Amino acid sequence: MRRSAAAILGVLGGMLAGAAFIRRQTAHRERADLYFEDGSMLSLTNGSPGAERLLPLARQIIGQARTG
Amino acid sequence: MLCPAMDAQRALADLTEISSQIQTAVVFDEKGKVAGSTLADSGRADQLAKTATELLAAAEEVRAGESPLTQLEVATGEGSVFVVREGKTSIAATTGSDPTVGLVFYDLKSTLRSVKAPARPSAAKKPAPRKKKPDAS
Repeated sequence: MRRSAAAILGVLGGMLAGAAFIRRQTAHRERADLYFEDGSMLSLTNGSPGAERLLPLARQIIGQARTG
Repeated sequence: MLCPAMDAQRALADLTEISSQIQTAVVFDEKGKVAGSTLADSGRADQLAKTATELLAAAEEVRAGESPLTQLEVATGEGSVFVVREGKTSIAATTGSDPTVGLVFYDLKSTLRSVKAPARPSAAKKPAPRKKKPDAS
């Protein structure tokens, strides 16, 4: 009985950890790369002030492209 | 002679044939006017171009006053958005997750270059009439 309870808890813990890992990876992958005429590049990761404005617009574009 | 919109449409058809990564693409001018699109619905193409224009403007504001922005990629969990600008014409495209960034930019730039710039009637000036030289004889 204890063993099965421990196994269930272990599986649930693993699933939660996996979900948290995937969520963190996805959030980390979200970014905006800007390229300028002088050859410079600016990479904004999720959470930075610039990316907070650009990411919703990009999601909106993807939504508009998929709708219909 | 083909009109510019037709040229853009043909260029976009070539783009989607060449690149399997690009899901949708729209060519538009600085005011958001659509010159060509892979979307069947023109209303959706207009909306996409308008939002892409807003995205370009927002990206310009990130580092305002320095070198002008030429291209951008915004990667989200649902896919990526690419915008390339050359002069007054821009192209916006969407892809799935984890695209080959360099290849997508290359294809978009090639498409943008193949789109002919719209001819301005005011720019096409008629040559001034030749003055007849009086006969020397």
